[in-house]
Amino acid sequence: MPVASSYFLQDRIMSGPSDYQPSHPVLKWIERRLPILGLMHSSFVAYPTPRNLNYWWTFGAILSFMLAIQIVTGIVLAMHYTPHADLAFRSVELIVRDVNYGWLLRNMHAVGASMFFLAVYIHMFRGLYYGSYKEPREVLWILGVIIYLLMMATGFMGYVLPWGQMSFWGATVITNLFSAVPFFGEDIVTLLWGGYSVGNPTLNRFFSLHYLLPFLIAGVVVLHVWALHVAGQNNPAGVEAKTEKDTVPFTPYATIKDLFGASCFAILYAYFIFYMPNYLGEADNYIPANPGVTPPHIVPEWYYLPFYAILRSIPNKLAGVVAMFGAIIVLVFLPWLDSARTRSSKYRPLAKQFFWIFVAVCVLLGYLGAQPAEGIYVIAGRILTFCYFAYFLIVLPLLARIEKPRPVPNSIADDVLAKTGSKATPMVSTVIALAVAGALFAGSTDSARASERVDTPPAVKWSFAGPFGTFDRGALQRGLKVYKEVCANCHGLSYIAFRNLADQGGPGYSTAQVNALAAEYKVKDGPNDQGEMFERPGRAADYFPSPFPNEQMARAANGGAAPPDLSLITKARSYKRGFPTFIFDFFSNYQEQGPDYLAALLVGFEDEPPAGATIPEGSYYNKYFPGHAIKMPRPLSDGQVTYDDGSPTTVEQYAKDVTAFLMWAAEPHMEARKRLGFQVFVVLLLLSSLLYFTKKKVWAGAH
Amino acid sequence: MTTASSAEQPTRRDFLYVATGAVAAVGAVATAWPFISQMNPDASTVAAGAPIEVDLSPIAEGQDIKVFWRGKPIFISHRTKKQIEEARAVQVSSLPDPQPDDARVKSGHEQWLVVIGICTHLGCIPIAHEGAYDGFFCPCHGSVYDTSGRIRQGPAPANLPVPPYQFVSDTKIQIG
Ligand code: FES
Repeated sequence: MPVASSYFLQDRIMSGPSDYQPSHPVLKWIERRLPILGLMHSSFVAYPTPRNLNYWWTFGAILSFMLAIQIVTGIVLAMHYTPHADLAFRSVELIVRDVNYGWLLRNMHAVGASMFFLAVYIHMFRGLYYGSYKEPREVLWILGVIIYLLMMATGFMGYVLPWGQMSFWGATVITNLFSAVPFFGEDIVTLLWGGYSVGNPTLNRFFSLHYLLPFLIAGVVVLHVWALHVAGQNNPAGVEAKTEKDTVPFTPYATIKDLFGASCFAILYAYFIFYMPNYLGEADNYIPANPGVTPPHIVPEWYYLPFYAILRSIPNKLAGVVAMFGAIIVLVFLPWLDSARTRSSKYRPLAKQFFWIFVAVCVLLGYLGAQPAEGIYVIAGRILTFCYFAYFLIVLPLLARIEKPRPVPNSIADDVLAKTGSKATPMVSTVIALAVAGALFAGSTDSARASERVDTPPAVKWSFAGPFGTFDRGALQRGLKVYKEVCANCHGLSYIAFRNLADQGGPGYSTAQVNALAAEYKVKDGPNDQGEMFERPGRAADYFPSPFPNEQMARAANGGAAPPDLSLITKARSYKRGFPTFIFDFFSNYQEQGPDYLAALLVGFEDEPPAGATIPEGSYYNKYFPGHAIKMPRPLSDGQVTYDDGSPTTVEQYAKDVTAFLMWAAEPHMEARKRLGFQVFVVLLLLSSLLYFTKKKVWAGAH
Repeated sequence: MTTASSAEQPTRRDFLYVATGAVAAVGAVATAWPFISQMNPDASTVAAGAPIEVDLSPIAEGQDIKVFWRGKPIFISHRTKKQIEEARAVQVSSLPDPQPDDARVKSGHEQWLVVIGICTHLGCIPIAHEGAYDGFFCPCHGSVYDTSGRIRQGPAPANLPVPPYQFVSDTKIQIG
């Protein structure tokens, strides 16, 4: 992993001349003409860093590391991606399915965006807690806010590129924010779109800008680090370094500590990449963009949720947009809003309490941003929006006047000595804040339960669940049979090529079997030399032909509802896992909502709708389908498909088998993902522990 | 990287540093691999490179066709008696890239010449039925190939390569 390069970014710029002299004559020759080694030495190696920095300070390096990862994976993905409204979705799927390690690169990039934001939020809260924005670091802080804004723009445009439903409607909603501008709103939006709605021109320009902005971010990061090196790093004590005793040289002390921090962060990152790649995403984004249908529940990526909640809590369009942008812009003025002399909240008893309350407010706003805008959520959203702004505009200015800070240590060295003696008391404020948060959560979920009475699909024990899960070959083969004999009459499987059936980690057919199976199908090809289309037997490289030549015909033949393509269906369907289930899911590695839902749906048909439920003509009652009225008639019946391996020929068995098969179809490289994940985990754990001991050894000399 | 207090146990400290560095280096190399590997043809490209079948019956004597296999143009020429004789008449050892004609066609099917139509100089596509040798002529830098696709003149270093193929029947070949 390019950890070393992140240091380069972080520390490339250093003010002041260096007394570094290389000894090799060639290096000397270069150094006299371009003192780059001296620059590197003074910013990488000799740079004095406060000796009392805690692990929250490693997030600067972690962010550089994430920026590097995002740029490298992004450049690679752009080599395979097609920025066209008709091809983008499929090209992303083909990256995941066909490109060597494409699934890994895509997961790294998609999860990387989330990790980047996670790290930046920790970095920002750290700055907030320790007063890192105060004189003389105002410009440093403002540059950070600019980076954050650029990150938001980049992340948003990146999320549009896969061109799924959430991409499309996210792009629509966010660009429409600008329609709130008085007089010119509509014109601005048209300008942004390059059309009269979000479309191909929009996608193209977003791709271009998504490629550009990270390099701009890198540029501002250089300025950010430059400003950092002029002012020097802040530290937990919030007092400036005065003597040599207060600092240690950047290398090896900070270097090794940052490496250790980054390595630990990489463990979390790898957990998402290999075990929970879709945890932070939305199932709806596995449905190709459809300009005619908005998903019932539109939510942005988690890192925008607090701002989204603020936007929605204000019942006026323009005011909502202004509040949302204001929530970010207010950060720019933070150095002047908080005029308290004491930097670190460690010595500010009141500020510390309010800091934790503010953290809780942000988390809760994030939670609300993901909930439907109705009932108690709206009221809670308004209260929390008020709290958010009150923190900056009322609490901080007021505290600066009335709060009596505790005495700060004389020097960093004193702070280090004091720390070895006393142990920190449990933070009362944290407990209070968490209690408030917990109560609000509990309250809101209760009401959510009351409003949505939907049957939860029972959890099936899947062989592919868990960190070591693998597909059951027999189930995949039976599932393919069910698909071929039943589902294929109406549903396509257009991302699966016959050759995939022989791929490792799949149903395990031989190449000969696949060729024979492919030859059973008639595939349209051409034009031939006479310019005519013709039919020929399928080959391994062909994709499963779809039952209908176009969506209109599929719609017409099925009572107005086009049967969806099944290639991604297990990822594109889900059901709500409210709080706190979704937190447990993270630890239990549960990500089988899609398969659970699908298997339940297939058996959830009832001939007679229960009393009180009315089902429109041409629809059927299904227990698990949202709204219960599904256009698909009961597809499976006992004994319909013959099995030659003795498995029971029941609807339950069919449902499980075909679901397992479709799970494989949605992610053919799942086994490879989990296998590689295990190896990566072993290496990362080993590396982290080695780095930990190395760090201890190195720092032993500093204390 | 030396620190004063740990200098007493140089071997253990050194071992720790070396071990950490080694694991980090292995990790870095392993991480680099997917980024290199992704440049190779993806699975669909590989699958699309599967063998193709070509029906030869419509190609009259003296005619030739061009088909594509793996994105490469394949020339299939139905050679005339005269062309075959020309190809066999030359003294093989006098050629820049000596190869007898019968090593470049399938025995029993001498009238069919199947070559990859990419100039071995720098990759342009030669024109059939041109040049001094009744074979192919490359317009880019003037390489001339004979009726067996062998280089006779110009900067190209080698004969036009023969792709892997076989006759599945008298009038059908499978390339690849
Ligand atoms: S490429 Fe054919 S002669 Fe140069």
